[in-house]
Amino acid sequence: MIDLLSIFLIAGGLFFYCAGTVGLLRLPDTLSRLHAVTKADNLGLGLLALGIALQIGDPLSAVKVLLIWLLVLAASAAGGQLIAQHVVEQKEETK
Amino acid sequence: MLDASTLYGLLGIFLASLGLHATILQRDILRRILAINILGVGVFLVFIATAYNGPGVAPDAVPHALVLTGIVVAVAATALALALQRRLEMLRRESDDE
Amino acid sequence: MTPIILLDTLLAIILLVLAVVALHSENLRQSIFVFIVFGLVTALVWARLGAPDVALAEAAIGSGIAGALLLAALRDRQPGCEHIEPRPSWQVLTVTYLVIGVGLTASWAFLDAQASRSGPAIGEMVQAELAHSGVSNPVTAVLLNFRAYDTLLELAVLFAALIGVMALGPERSAPQAAGPLVSHFVAWLTPLLILAAGYLLWVGAHAPGGAFQAGALLAAGGIIVRLSGKSGIFPKGAWLRVLAASGYGVFLFVGLAVMAGDNAFLQYPSDWAGSLILLIEIFATLSIAASLLLVYLGGYPNAWMEDKESQHA
Repeated sequence: MIDLLSIFLIAGGLFFYCAGTVGLLRLPDTLSRLHAVTKADNLGLGLLALGIALQIGDPLSAVKVLLIWLLVLAASAAGGQLIAQHVVEQKEETK
Repeated sequence: MLDASTLYGLLGIFLASLGLHATILQRDILRRILAINILGVGVFLVFIATAYNGPGVAPDAVPHALVLTGIVVAVAATALALALQRRLEMLRRESDDE
Repeated sequence: MTPIILLDTLLAIILLVLAVVALHSENLRQSIFVFIVFGLVTALVWARLGAPDVALAEAAIGSGIAGALLLAALRDRQPGCEHIEPRPSWQVLTVTYLVIGVGLTASWAFLDAQASRSGPAIGEMVQAELAHSGVSNPVTAVLLNFRAYDTLLELAVLFAALIGVMALGPERSAPQAAGPLVSHFVAWLTPLLILAAGYLLWVGAHAPGGAFQAGALLAAGGIIVRLSGKSGIFPKGAWLRVLAASGYGVFLFVGLAVMAGDNAFLQYPSDWAGSLILLIEIFATLSIAASLLLVYLGGYPNAWMEDKESQHA
């Protein structure tokens, strides 16, 4: 039962990763690619982390995995803002 | 049948060959430094692949320690090489200005 | 085919593709980014091959610190260096054939050695002596007890590289202060990194971890602080350099000090081994962090030269 739920969650996470990657490859400019990558990959990592956390027997380690997800969320938010700021500044320079 | 040890060992040799090829043939120093690092990773792969003893058995610890040392030394050498490259560029620009 | 071999083949193909792109891409920035990804996939391969300590070190040092160094070198690169003519084709062909020959010879030697393996001899010796080493993680035991001499010299190599980098030129220009989001993120992240480094240092005695991974985490924290524009929190004056030298220094001191009890150089007495290893590891962590940070800052620090001049004035 738990294995089935894990497989379902991990498959969902993989779907979001694929969606983010397709967005990275196919969207026209940097800002929209950034949007696709950060949103889809954060959700994908969350589902993946939840699926893995169900497989770990020890609840403390499962909480650690979810804390890793929170850290990655914060890091990608900071990184995404930096990239977006750089893109906006570059656009203003070339005007 | 190809087991994990052999597969990763051959991959390591292949990567080391790619790295060696690029080290010799690339002209740009930064790309050469990248190539030396990839050569290093290939060599480490051969070490760790031979240390692997199968799915349930503990691997050999000595190649792991050697590769750990190797990673740190590779980064130290990369840092020195990058500093040398900066100095070289500075001198080249000064001699071009004269 | 078992599923694991499928995973292995997939990882191998990914590594090869990443290596080829990193080595032969036209765009240097793409090469460096792909190299960082290559380092992370290599860390996955190490984890799959049962080498978690090496995986931690590869992700932190081989991909993180080396990536930061390469990106800083990319930033410093002046735009006028595009004078790269390709090599004549006879050179390319000769080297390619030679490298193919070397690769095939090495592969044949490797397969021959694999076929005539007579079981894990050194691994068994390490497991047999592990109880006397003072730690229960075999990699830490090998690094800091059985082959302590190699680790001593590795710290010396790192220190020598640091001296070389500092002798070669002035410090890189400091980045401007970062915006509020990044500043707050760094303010939250730095204590977490220090905590994680301390944990890795402590846990290295009985689980994957150790001084090198912890030192690399601390150095990464220092680099992030530097990049957010707040280098004021680094130790001032000569302290950072003293820290960088202390790893090798303390290791050498311990190695010589145990000779007082009728032991050979670096031969720890059995009941003191655990504490001595922890002592050495603490200073090694601080030293590796300081060395990697100084090597990233790159060159003799300008601020300290101004401090010296204002003292003489």
